Amino acid sequence: MLLNALLLALREIRRNLLRSFLTVLGIVIGVAAVITMVTLGNGATRMVADQIASLGSNLLMVMPGQRLGPGRDSAGAPKFKIADIEAIEQQVNGLKAVAPVVGSAVTLVAGTQNWSSTVSGTTNDYFVVGNWRLAAGRLFSEDEDRAGKAVCIIGNTVKKELFGNQSPLGSSIRVKTFDCEVIGLLAAKGQGGMGQDQDDTVLMPLRTAQRRLTGTLDIGNVMVSLKDGTNSTVAMAQLRSLLRERRKLADNVDDNFNVMDTKQIAETLSGTIGTMTALLGAVAAVSLLVGGIGIMNIMLVSVTERTREIGIRLAIGALEHEVLLQFLIEAVALSAFGGLVGIALAFVACLGLSALMRMPFLFNPGINLTAFFFSAAIGVIFGFVPARRAARLDPIEALRHE
Amino acid sequence: MSQPLIELRAITKTYGQGQAAFQALRGVDLQIEAGEFVAVMGPSGSGKSTVMNLLGCLDTPGSGEYLFQGIHVEQLDRNQRALLRRQCLGFVFQGFNLLARTSAQENVELPLLYRGEPAEVRHAAALAALAKVGLAEWAHHTPAELSGGQQQRVAIARAIVTNPLVLLADEPTGNLDSQRSHEIMELLVRLNQEQGITVLMVTHEPDMARYARRIVHFVDGLVHRDERNPEAAPCC
Ligand SMILES: Nc1ncnc2c1ncn2[C@@H]1O[C@H](COP(=O)(O)OP(=O)(O)O)[C@@H](O)[C@H]1O
Ligand SMILES: [Mg+2]
Repeated sequence: MLLNALLLALREIRRNLLRSFLTVLGIVIGVAAVITMVTLGNGATRMVADQIASLGSNLLMVMPGQRLGPGRDSAGAPKFKIADIEAIEQQVNGLKAVAPVVGSAVTLVAGTQNWSSTVSGTTNDYFVVGNWRLAAGRLFSEDEDRAGKAVCIIGNTVKKELFGNQSPLGSSIRVKTFDCEVIGLLAAKGQGGMGQDQDDTVLMPLRTAQRRLTGTLDIGNVMVSLKDGTNSTVAMAQLRSLLRERRKLADNVDDNFNVMDTKQIAETLSGTIGTMTALLGAVAAVSLLVGGIGIMNIMLVSVTERTREIGIRLAIGALEHEVLLQFLIEAVALSAFGGLVGIALAFVACLGLSALMRMPFLFNPGINLTAFFFSAAIGVIFGFVPARRAARLDPIEALRHE
Repeated sequence: MSQPLIELRAITKTYGQGQAAFQALRGVDLQIEAGEFVAVMGPSGSGKSTVMNLLGCLDTPGSGEYLFQGIHVEQLDRNQRALLRRQCLGFVFQGFNLLARTSAQENVELPLLYRGEPAEVRHAAALAALAKVGLAEWAHHTPAELSGGQQQRVAIARAIVTNPLVLLADEPTGNLDSQRSHEIMELLVRLNQEQGITVLMVTHEPDMARYARRIVHFVDGLVHRDERNPEAAPCC
């Protein structure tokens, strides 16, 4: 009897291929959209979380300038000097490393290849602060630091662009007007939290950058990493009062520098991505709902035809529950099939998109199950409920249905 | 003589309620013996379809008794009536009521499917029934590909595929031209004579009623006249 109902249901699906296809399409698209959105959102969140973790201990960023945000005025604010760095190292408690950074955008030339990138003049502390490891070569020697020698350590992207697969160690790169020997290669880190390529970088000793690139003793910004267990609020407060004192700011004058906690920034960012995920998920859920309404429409349109059909079936001796079972199986088979196709589609889409966006692909069984059961429920409610109403009619009334 | 195949005793049927209530049957008494060929005639609105639907267990009477082989049908529940329909009755409608986009053979097989017959039995019986109505060649055509007369013959094949005791037909020729109508009537006569199926048929065309051996006239929800038709071919 179950077999019979299954046979009847499958026949009915085959007989109304277009209607079945349209019904399934709504479910497929809805399910695929919800799963894709949520899975990609999860991937993005995970990516940012990984990056936060890769930042290691808390990292503070100190920049000259009035305030953050649009129209910030950094032109008038005094820059930092090396003495500021030394003062921070000595007077603020709980610091692991303090790295001054002088940044400059330059074009690099090696042999026939050239590449635009950013050079940062800094000290070996930068490796601690930025959680960098070397893939090959060595750090700056004390001698190179002091004398401002023309040596550099390059990121993986720069290496690929200039040297391809060859080892860059010992080669030289032309940076603006001088040649710089490559002494080290950074281990690749990949994309940063805001989509920038962290490996597109060149590091050289602070002195070298100051002398040969910027021509001043100014320091662009200072990166400070805290020891484990250091309270970042306390450290930030100490740093701030030290800098106010050194810059001789009166009590009623605003800071002319900024201290930011990068972990905080990253966490805010990941929170934002979480919100975006929720939002996209909601949009996708609406599309699933719209898909459901589409199904309802198709089912309602066919209900007149189906009511007559039910009348015919009842008149030739079908029992009410036999008709119901057939419709239930039909609705479940259709929506389950649509749900499965949607899941498969979402799987392929997620695989492709996360590869494209270089994000981890996190298969989320929860959302797959939820979307599947939701679609099945939609199919059952919109397909089965009208049929149940019809099956309870007197056969004569069902037959009269226009 | 033993009990009749079908007996209606003081059957009434009221549609609607309160002010809008309308009594379509007002105490119908009727006896039908096995093997009869009965035509039901009467003006439009006289309750012919109503009585056919009651006889076909598609509807329930307001009051009175309906005995089918001595069984009190008016006391059966919905499922029991469906089972009686499935086992003993075949119904043919004015509007054919075939499933669309479904081949003639599948339409005819449908009642057997609900009886749980295996596929081979269904196929053989459906083809045999289609052969009886002269449509063996048309088994794989859908209703849209068949003429009205052919559709009605498919409907008759569907009604007789289960070897019912009684074939109920409500204006089976109502939508057909006169030549097709006569063909249908000859088919019904043949089924009645060769298979011994009891046939009850509604018609308002005297030409068609002439095929029946007994004619029951309805007026205003009552049996007005019940007569023998000497012109009809004798039984068996
Ligand atoms: N479902 C219904 N609801 C209300 N009135 C009905 C219904 N079916 C039939 N009637 C009324 O009952 C009367 C008898 O109908 P019916 O048996 O169909 O007549 P016939 O088939 O003889 O033309 C008619 O007056 C018709 O209007
Ligand atoms: Mg009628």
